[in-house]
Amino acid sequence: MSSHHESILREPLITGDNITYSKITNDILVPVENKPNKAWWIGFIIASLGALMWVFSVGYTFWFGIGAWGLNKTVGWAWDITGFVWWVGIGHAGTLISAVLLLFRQNWRNSINRSAEAMTIFAVICAATYVGAHMGRVWLAYWALPLPNQFGSLWVNFNSPLVWDVFAISTYFSVSLLFWYTGLLPDIATIRDRATGLRRRVYSILSFGWNGSVKTWQRFEAVSLILAGVSTPLVLSVHTIVSMDFATSVIPGWHTTIFPPYFVAGAIFSGFAMVQTLLLIARKVMNFENYITMFHIESMNKIIMLTGSIVGVAYLTELFIAWYSVSEYEQYAFLNRVSGPYWWAYWTMMTCNVISPQLFWFKKIRTSIAASWVLSIVVNIGMWFERFVIIVTSLHRDYIPSSWAMFYPSVIDVTLFIGSIGVFFTLFLLFLRFLPAIAMAEVKLLVKSSSHQEKKQLIREDKVSKEEAEYYLESLNTYDSVPESDRELAKI
Amino acid sequence: MSNTKYILAHFDDPDEMMYGIDKLQENNISIYDVFTPMPIHGIEAKLGIKRSRLPIAAFCFGITGTFTAISMIYYMLVYDWPMNIGGKPAFAMPNFVPITFEVTVLFCSFGMVFTFLFANHLFPGRAPRVMDLRATNDRFVIAIDPTENPYPDKINDLLKEAGAVEILHNERKYVSYE
Repeated sequence: MSSHHESILREPLITGDNITYSKITNDILVPVENKPNKAWWIGFIIASLGALMWVFSVGYTFWFGIGAWGLNKTVGWAWDITGFVWWVGIGHAGTLISAVLLLFRQNWRNSINRSAEAMTIFAVICAATYVGAHMGRVWLAYWALPLPNQFGSLWVNFNSPLVWDVFAISTYFSVSLLFWYTGLLPDIATIRDRATGLRRRVYSILSFGWNGSVKTWQRFEAVSLILAGVSTPLVLSVHTIVSMDFATSVIPGWHTTIFPPYFVAGAIFSGFAMVQTLLLIARKVMNFENYITMFHIESMNKIIMLTGSIVGVAYLTELFIAWYSVSEYEQYAFLNRVSGPYWWAYWTMMTCNVISPQLFWFKKIRTSIAASWVLSIVVNIGMWFERFVIIVTSLHRDYIPSSWAMFYPSVIDVTLFIGSIGVFFTLFLLFLRFLPAIAMAEVKLLVKSSSHQEKKQLIREDKVSKEEAEYYLESLNTYDSVPESDRELAKI
Repeated sequence: MSNTKYILAHFDDPDEMMYGIDKLQENNISIYDVFTPMPIHGIEAKLGIKRSRLPIAAFCFGITGTFTAISMIYYMLVYDWPMNIGGKPAFAMPNFVPITFEVTVLFCSFGMVFTFLFANHLFPGRAPRVMDLRATNDRFVIAIDPTENPYPDKINDLLKEAGAVEILHNERKYVSYE
């Protein structure tokens, strides 16, 4: 029941005074119902220039072939697959937030799931374009599908992880889109019922005719729960399969059984970092401080710290197993990784992914917005380097020293990567402009149970013990959205 | 009597609305439907709405996906064109698990969501059958059919007592959307 109060000891998930259902709608729809501000336009122009660069680079690659990239005979996979794995990994946090945290009944997910899911979809789009582009002849991409063909009915090889990947990524993309859009229906209906004219018509079509009756909501909740239930193993399977692209090969440095869990942890790690990067800005620019509170930021930082540590253990385990295997190829691959010509990439990865997240053990850093943002960027850089290190350093010195080579990216490699970031931000900014960035219906659920104003009311009415009230108010010290006067027992 | 098609009781608090439902039910007044901006937990039991059977549908779609994937792979790789890969058996079940799983999830999700949309008559372009525009924003609306409950004054009193902030006697069922 909505009247169920949660323990006073829990941090509030909504802060601010006079939070009513209509205030939530008004606050969240400000960017959707008004003309965008200057910050949005500047961001959008820069991002769409990036997207144009991406269009050019992809066009160039399709026209001239994969030779446009810096690949050579020894290093046949480099920035393309690095970019692919990086983007897919970033996508995973969205599903984790919307599905896993729903199964665990983590209510703090309610205000960040929508934008995290949007991020998932846009990141997977970026990843998918890399897969398309690296096929070289993209117009033959359908060869990856199990279609009867004119080559004597030779079907695709279902034993190959690359074919698994085709199924995994396309399932993941379409199911994420479905999950996201189903969740959007009630919020689009809200926009529709407040709009007039053409806007109402457009949002009316998009809302599928949602009316919020009892039966609709009941089925909606059933659908959300089951989608969460199937998305959870799905997201784990997707990155497992991505890791098997490498792990089932015979390349030293790749064929290790630790890859699936290690990749999944890395994906959650980088995904949460990207959510943090986006939301810290969005909450500031769009005045969402009352809905995305310090508790959300701190919780995400804790997950970044945990998954960063898992990734760190995985790096060390890899080194240990390489030594323990007594296989000289394996040992050399790792020796070369740590101290070979790409040592700088390896140590950048180690610093960004293993050492820097450990700073989050300090509460001061964990609850500092500036530090969280900088560290989230550091993690994103580190995770890009992780994929680069795994892919390039394992390939560039193969079994015959005469064919050893280095990888130098071409201009197109660089513009394709920067361009894909442009595509991502273009889509994300359009999303912020046209759709509610916070799931309004889900946040409304929290008003009566976990908002600061309700908890304040409980304290005022002397329904909680003094110690508990003090504990609660003390936990608000890190909140930037709670004024000083709201943290003292005497003044409440 | 009047031309009232539906009586709409607006509440600005979900708990008061629940209390309103209790009040109406105590007086044997049937409720047509309730429109809310967010899911209300526990309302199904009150209104005697049965558990959704969507999970069963989801399971059926999922299992269909499982069998579709296994039979597709079996046909292609084992029956139609078995390949000799190092003398290993063509029916390499462990290798078929990932795709079988993905197709299961795909069928389950799409099947379930389309069933959900179908059951609720939701599709792009459908004219929204909305009784009150604020029901998707900040009002919790109980709709009562006056032909089944022909005592408007009693209903008014009951609802006011329960804390309704607004009571409308609408002459149209749905808000027009032309």
